[in-house]
Amino acid sequence: MLKQGNIPLFHISRRKALPWQLAWLIRGVAIVLALLVCAIITTQMTDYNPLQVYATMWNGAFGTTRKIWILGQDIAILLCISLAVTPAFKMRFWNIGAEGQVLAGGLACAACMICLGDTLPNALLIVCMAAASIAAGALWALIPAIFKAKWNTNETLFTLMMNYVATQLVAFFVIVWEVPKGAGKVGIINQATEAGWLPQIGSYKYLLNILIVALLTIGMYVYLNYTKQGYELSVVGESEHTARYVGIKVSRVILRTLLLSGAVCGVAGLLLVGGTDHTITTTIADGRGFTAVMVSWLAKFNPIGMIFASFLLVFLDRGASEISTNFGLNQSFGDILTGVILFFIIGSEFFITYQVQFRRSGKKEDDNV
Amino acid sequence: MQLRNISKSFGTVLANDHVWLDIYRGEILALLGENGSGKTTLMNMLSGIYFPDEGQIFVDGKEVVIRSPKDALSLGIGMIHQHFKLVDVFTAVENIVLGLNEPGRLDMAAVSKKVCDICDAYGFEVDPAQKIYNMSVSQKQTVEIVKVLYRGADILILDEPTAVLTPQETDKLFAVLRNMRDAGKAIVIITHKMHEVEDLSDRVAVLRHGQFVGDMITAQTNAAEMTSMMIGHSVTLNIERTEPIDPKPRVEVRDLTVCSVDGVLKLDGVSFTANAGEILGVAGISGCGQKELLEAIAGLQTVEHGSICYVEDGGTRDELVGRDPLSIAAKGVSLSFVPEDRLGMGLVGSMDLTDNMMLRSYRRGRSPFVDRRTPRRLAEAVVSELSVNTPGVNTPVRRLSGGNVQKVLVGREISSDPTVLLTAYAVRGLDINASYTIYELLNRQKERGVAVIYVGEDLDVLLELCDRILVLCGGKVSGIVDGRKTDKRQVGMMMTRLAGDTDA
Repeated sequence: MLKQGNIPLFHISRRKALPWQLAWLIRGVAIVLALLVCAIITTQMTDYNPLQVYATMWNGAFGTTRKIWILGQDIAILLCISLAVTPAFKMRFWNIGAEGQVLAGGLACAACMICLGDTLPNALLIVCMAAASIAAGALWALIPAIFKAKWNTNETLFTLMMNYVATQLVAFFVIVWEVPKGAGKVGIINQATEAGWLPQIGSYKYLLNILIVALLTIGMYVYLNYTKQGYELSVVGESEHTARYVGIKVSRVILRTLLLSGAVCGVAGLLLVGGTDHTITTTIADGRGFTAVMVSWLAKFNPIGMIFASFLLVFLDRGASEISTNFGLNQSFGDILTGVILFFIIGSEFFITYQVQFRRSGKKEDDNV
Repeated sequence: MQLRNISKSFGTVLANDHVWLDIYRGEILALLGENGSGKTTLMNMLSGIYFPDEGQIFVDGKEVVIRSPKDALSLGIGMIHQHFKLVDVFTAVENIVLGLNEPGRLDMAAVSKKVCDICDAYGFEVDPAQKIYNMSVSQKQTVEIVKVLYRGADILILDEPTAVLTPQETDKLFAVLRNMRDAGKAIVIITHKMHEVEDLSDRVAVLRHGQFVGDMITAQTNAAEMTSMMIGHSVTLNIERTEPIDPKPRVEVRDLTVCSVDGVLKLDGVSFTANAGEILGVAGISGCGQKELLEAIAGLQTVEHGSICYVEDGGTRDELVGRDPLSIAAKGVSLSFVPEDRLGMGLVGSMDLTDNMMLRSYRRGRSPFVDRRTPRRLAEAVVSELSVNTPGVNTPVRRLSGGNVQKVLVGREISSDPTVLLTAYAVRGLDINASYTIYELLNRQKERGVAVIYVGEDLDVLLELCDRILVLCGGKVSGIVDGRKTDKRQVGMMMTRLAGDTDA
């Protein structure tokens, strides 16, 4: 036999496909471990009972009917933006400009509400708003796409810069439209007439948004997996040479996909401005253009998986802020817990893709124990 | 050096199953085996890239543990990989010392001197100050070999070193290897080419399905015996070549000139005619314009000037220059192309067999949705007809071995009933069995009246398979010869310099 000391303690190798039950078991174990670590941190750093903290987190997300609705709305918007960036990512076009594309959509929507609010019948106004938001979002994504397709510029930097341009544009128009003069903000648009407010379904303020995003999710799933265009964009993403070889016009696919990506971002802007907030600020996207990137990757570009991923992130976010207000801890403590949980969940993906073999061969470890 | 009971598995696949192997100093050992028989895995364990699941390794009678390439080097084991691991913008010497953390200041002059000493000792030709990107493939390989020698290796492992070399360069390499053997070094070479084994090695070891089948002294055996050991049953080594039936011009290339993106002249006034019902071989050192030639015909290359005419049976001529693959197909020209880089160009590695079958045909029909039923049936047909070894049609092609990937690609390209079939290095990296399957398929296409253009690197095969051979040298046609009347020597000479004798 070989001397034990000389053999590496463990080595790592790629797994064959894992049955999905086992994969979910690993993920479950990861969450349990994350909660354990969080509990240790909580008891060490504060005097609170970790179970109490977890209960508060839960309450922050599910405590009241209102909170559940807000949770649903936040998930819907985050999911919508995630859906938007996914076709671009699948094509290996690193669109991190969703933030700007949402702002552009929101700005166009607000412009319609303010400028056309008194002149058009409500139904026609809403059609205009939708068209304008979608067009604005699509345009914001199309500009970097044209440069990428024609001159192969770096899309990551380009889309990032477009975010700042969008933010400054919104800042400018907020001053143009500010009510009252000198307030530095737009306030609720058309508060008296409610012109251009997207219709409420019954008494549920957020239901329309959630339904629209649900439809978008199904639509995107079908688009990516079952349409010719969806197939083309994955071929372009995997290998541009192969795409050219079978006669796919790569630049056309880039433009088309980014139009779609931006258009869905525009929808998110529409839902935010026309559906719920009824105002426009520079922070309306609230960093979700970037969080969406994480959602899309966590779900491996699968729209159905993104439902769970955005649920997880929104849940953690809302739970964390509830902890900080309830226990008088600052926001950072909630962020620490969120970070630990995310670390374990993302880390568990490693153990799903790879297996760790310890020194004595034959014994295989599945979990990150 | 002795290997005892070495096993290694990847997932459920047993790559090496209790292998016993002895390597002696002062001897060249050829390691033979089909694709996926575990040759490279075994050698990777010696060079510290993989760690064996079980078994023992002895060097000079002492048991050792190789955990990393560093461990391997300190034991004097050096490996030259198929894909060179060199930094392009560095010089030869800089690449040689790269990663050596010797204490003290780096004295380049002294290093250069030592490099030159090594070169003189074994007969290498290396300019220490030359940058890698200026080097030919064979020069790069030389740098790789000198690199491991510089690090004090006396057991050298070469993984298919001749795959990228011309016959002349191969002879040079072999001479150097013999010098090293005579200096008492142990050399292991992995290869698929029988005549090289016979030519160079002192002893042959054969692996089959991860198991060690046996070894023998090269002088006491022959190619047929080695082949039957490799695949487990004897095969005929002859490729059948039927007389072309009614050959008539199908593709006429006139004065074709192509430049690469950075303006380098890749093809210079190339003219030839490919006939229907005939296999036209294209020989040449790699990078002499073969890739550009095929891509130009397939509509993937911008052409400077010249013409490519597709001639239909009735005599109608269609110009292909300036068209992309889609408009060529729209013209009714059924052209199939098996490119050199299978996973980088012909197929999508992460997609499964069905989706790869669809690449050519997914546009069919007006529906915005893709039809996966027809490609799925095609995938199943290809799997069963070409005996592709795969868990199923839903497996990503990247998971398949090289030979099976190629079968999938060729199967798809042939399924569209082409009239012109372009193939680039169709059998590169394939074992004998898979290679013969491919030759067989090409011959079937030829009998169907397809104009087959076969770019190859193994001259023996080109000479046995092709009706005519077009030889390229530096982007120019150095001649077109009759495959039945020429020999390796003549073609080899034409590959390296422009010969005057052209009989088209």
